[in-house]
Order: sequence, then C-alpha cells, then structure tokens
Amino acid sequence: MTQIPRVPPPVIAPGHTFGSVTDKISAIVLTRKTSLGWWLGFGIAFALFNVLMVSIVYLLAVGTGIWGINIPVGWGFAIINFVWWIGIGHAGTLISAILLLFKQTWRTSINRFAEAMTLFAVASAAIFPILHTGRPWLAIYWLFPYPNTMDVWPQFRSPLIWDVFAVSTYATVSLLFWFVGLIPDLATLRDRSESKVGRVIYGALAMGWRGSAIHWHRYETAYLLLAGLATPLVVSVHTIVSFDFAVSVVPGWHATIFPPYFVAGAIYSGFAMVLTLAIPIRKIYGLQDFITERHLNNMAKILLVTGLIVAYGYMIEAFMAWYSANTYETYMMRNRMTGPYGGFYWALIVCNGLTPQLLWIKKIRTNTLLLFLISLIVNVGMWLERFVIVVTSLHRDFLPSSWGRYAPTVWDWGLYVGTIGLFLSLLFLFLRFLPMISIFEMRTLVPDNAPDARLKSSPTGVAQSPTAIAPETAR
Amino acid sequence: MKPSGRPTVYGLMAEFETAHALVEAARRAHDEGYRKMDAYSPVPIEELHDALHMHDNRLPKLVLAGGIIGGLGGYSLQYYVAAIAYPLNVGGRPLHSWPMFIPVTFETTILVAALTTVLGMLALNGLPQPFHPVFNVPRFALASRNRFFLCIESRDPKFNVDDTRRFLESLGAREVTVVED
Repeated sequence: MTQIPRVPPPVIAPGHTFGSVTDKISAIVLTRKTSLGWWLGFGIAFALFNVLMVSIVYLLAVGTGIWGINIPVGWGFAIINFVWWIGIGHAGTLISAILLLFKQTWRTSINRFAEAMTLFAVASAAIFPILHTGRPWLAIYWLFPYPNTMDVWPQFRSPLIWDVFAVSTYATVSLLFWFVGLIPDLATLRDRSESKVGRVIYGALAMGWRGSAIHWHRYETAYLLLAGLATPLVVSVHTIVSFDFAVSVVPGWHATIFPPYFVAGAIYSGFAMVLTLAIPIRKIYGLQDFITERHLNNMAKILLVTGLIVAYGYMIEAFMAWYSANTYETYMMRNRMTGPYGGFYWALIVCNGLTPQLLWIKKIRTNTLLLFLISLIVNVGMWLERFVIVVTSLHRDFLPSSWGRYAPTVWDWGLYVGTIGLFLSLLFLFLRFLPMISIFEMRTLVPDNAPDARLKSSPTGVAQSPTAIAPETAR
Repeated sequence: MKPSGRPTVYGLMAEFETAHALVEAARRAHDEGYRKMDAYSPVPIEELHDALHMHDNRLPKLVLAGGIIGGLGGYSLQYYVAAIAYPLNVGGRPLHSWPMFIPVTFETTILVAALTTVLGMLALNGLPQPFHPVFNVPRFALASRNRFFLCIESRDPKFNVDDTRRFLESLGAREVTVVED
C-alpha cells in the first residue's frame, strides 16, 4: 500500500509573489505576441462558426424540414445537443460556486475559464430550442410572459416553460458571477495596459474599481452570496431539463431517477470538458505553475465519482425496466440494447461506464495525455447518452403502427458542428482578451504555499492573517 | 482642481510593501484619531476593514428582500396568467395548480436575488465611478498589483498636511504622496 501524503501538493508552484502572479497572467493578455497557433485555432473555430451561420440562415429560409426530425422522433439533434451543451456548462458553476463554499482553494486557477466555458456552452445550448420552435421570431410570445395584443400567455404547467426560466436565469447568474469575478482583474489590466485603447476599454469595464477596504468587504460578501445562490441554481437547472423528459409518460423518460442522474451527468460532462480545455491550455500558455498536477488529479477524481453516479443511473434504468414489469418499459430497454440503435447504447456504456474506471489508477490520473483522451471519450459518451435517451424512447413507444426511425441530415450536423465553432471562437477570444486565471484570487494563494497557512483561508481564499502574506522584495 | 487653478489636497497617501504593514498602519491611524481614511490593496484582507472600523451589513438584507420580491413576483405572475388572464380548463383540474408553479418561482427568486447582489454591491460601493482622486497618484497603479496604500483624507478634522505626513512616515511607509483633488 502506498503511503498517503498528509499535505497535498501545492495549488501554485513555489516561489511566486503577488507581482510575479500578476505579471505572468496579465502578460498573456497585454504583452505577449498573439501566437500563430492562436490565429490557426481561432481561424478553424471561426470557419466552423460560419458553418453555424449558414445552417441557421438556410433553416430560417426553408424550415425545420431540412432536419431529420419527423413524427415519431420530433426532438432529434436539437434537444440532444441542447442537453449536451447545458450539461457541459454545469462544471463551471460547480467549480466557481460549490467548490468555493467547500473552501477548495485549488479551484482558484481553473474557475475563471470554467465559468467562461459555462457562458459559451449555455449560449451554444440556447440556440437549439429557439431554432427548434420553427419560427423563432414568434417564440418570444410562446416562451416569455408579457402582455401582448393577442391576450395569449405561456402555459406555466409545462416543463418546457420551466426550462425557459431555468436556462435564462442560469445564463444571467453565470454572467453576473463571471463579471463580478473579473472586476478586480479588469482594474489590474487597466493599470498595466500600455495602450490607450486597452486602458479605456478595461477601465470602462472595471468601472473605477480601486481596491478600497470597504469595497473589498462588500465585494467578498457579494461573491459569497452569489455562490450561495448559484449552488441551488445549478442543481435546479439540469433537474428542470430532466423534467422535460420525466414529466412526460414516454417509456424510458418517465422515471424518478432522472433529476439526480441528469445533474450528475451534467457535472460529469462538464468536468470532462474542463479537462479537455485545461490540458492543452496549460501546456500552450505554460501555466503548469498555476494549473498543477493536483488540479488535474482532483478533477479526474470528480470525473470518476460523477461517472460512477451516472453508471448507477444506467443500472437503475435497466433494473426498473425489469422490476416495473411494464410491457412498454421492458420493451424500451430491450430495444435500447438490441434494437436498431443498440450500437449507440453499448458505445455509451463503454465511454461512460467503463472508461472512467481507469481513473482509479493514480498513474493514469496524473498522465496528462491519457487524461486528455479519457476526457474526450467522456464528452463523446455523454453526447451518445443524450442521443440514446431522446431517440430510442421516441422511435418505438406504445403502438408498433406508429414506430419509425430517425437519422440526422447534413444540416443537423452543420448546426451541431457550428455551435462547436461558436463555443471555440468565443473561447479563443476570451483567452486572448481577458485573464483566463483569476489574478486577484491567485494572489491570495501565494501565502498558502506554507502548509500551515492553508487551513486559515476564508471562503474566497483570503488569508486571514496578514502575517501569512509573503513580504515582497522591493521593486 | 479649483477654478483658481491651484490643486486642492484630497489627502495624503502612504505606500506599504506588505499587507501586514498596511493593517498595522490602519490600526494605528485609527488609534491616533483619524477617521476619514481608506485603505487600498490588491487582495481582500480580512482584518483591514476591522482595523479601519468599517462595517456594512446592508447587502445581505437587500439580497434577502430581492429574493422575497423575486419569489412573490414569480408566483403572482404565474397565478395571474394561469388563473386570471388565460384560464384553461383541462379536464376540470384546478386553475391554481400551485405545485406546478414551484420551479419558476424558485428560478425567479434566484434571479432577482442575484441581480440584487451584484447591483447592490456596485451601488453601495458607488460604482461605476469614472474618476476618483486616488488615481492622480502615479504609483497607485500598483494597488492592483502588489502594493498597499493608506490614504488619510483632508476632510478629516485632524488632517494637517505636515503633521499627517510625519505621522504616516513614522508608520514605516515606503513613500508618502500628496493626493491632488
């Protein structure tokens, strides 16, 4: 048996000071030359983004008939991709809010870009249901309650309307959380920017932040309150997404396991996406000092835990199909495993059920290449999960006379690939123009290098003893 | 600047190299009787507002009020829509079907509370603020990097440029600068 180390490895490499942390992170935005790799990556992402534009324009011109959806499978890619993207977003809020409340200081170096990932994922997700309405320009009065001249109101007893409120609240609160976290860093960029344009833009966004003691006091309170509000929110969002399915009577959807199983799946896919992004970013930008092996190891552990919950969900689905003795449920499960889409089901079991079991091994958790590959496999697996849930339940429900098949068209794929382009384009712009790691929160980690000081941190990682803050050498 | 063209003094700013020095200085300045002052740091420091005897617990109360308004507002909206403005008789089921209104009520509670948190924090802090005299000190740019500043303002009754400067220097300040208004 290997010995368990008492003190976990540091969350920031030793030797850093307030100044070095500030300089290193802000230099990526302010002084570093925009690399060829960035232009290449952004170029590819932007090309994919244009695929999205074309797909949307053609869809609006012709209608949803260009998609593979039809009766009985009326949901198809639109809902599969919506649920997939929304799920990915959940890791950002989990990292920024829940890990903050649990005083996990290691979250500090990954929360900023995880939150950005949330925003971009929610933006990508929101496109699908809006376009799926068929006539999005009318969707305003279908989705939002406002006094219109037709005297028509939305149906508040429908989970689809709950979803509108859940997702729009989630997008708003994620944006607020992200922006509030950015304010002190925007002030740093304002003060350090060499160009006038930079000073004006960052200055306007920083809103005159000057780091006053009473401002920090209120800021900390606000940040904690936001974390407290975002925590139940993030759980509610995927719960309500699962209600879209569970409140119906379709076999395979009408299950009480759905809310917790969906929330765990969301966190699972989100952490996979954080790893997919973090591993190349830390390598390319040389951020191994800040996103250390401990971060990757911890995220891999969360991946393993949520993966086990998801695997439990799959088992309970199969068990309930048998235990309920309901003809339709039993048939649905058999059809899912051995029907026309059986290959997708077994692929999902391999991706989501078996692959994460490799993470029990510490050597794999700390091997960045393997971890990266596993995170990609999990991303694929979670997409397959949504495909299986949406398609296998709908294509053969109660009456064999109304059974059918579903296959996506090139426009389904175009829209899906296009949202990946949107997501990556926004991410590349974010990496270039905003600090991808929270500078002020990283400063608070500097004293935490001393093992004894780690426990003294307040919720946002603030050192409670000023003596714990390392004195700096004079400039 | 006053119309006469002569800059007026906003206060005196002392620069410190460590958070510890700043907290100590703030404490001693308060003991000395200075009240109109503020400290500036690149990181939140738990003891600093204590040392300055600055407290403000209004934000959580505002957020609570925001949450209650959001919850009541969300529920009332749904009641109005489902029972008054657009009643739909579905198999004789009650119009006021409250269990179905809970998810949206929850979301509006969070939404209004979160908006109150952020807007309340900004409003109480007086942000956005396009200009503040402390930015007239060139070295103040380091307040967002690695330096710690204490500014005693001229509106403090005990303020006197020479005495206050001597006092700040006695606290071990690296540099004391006049902040022009």
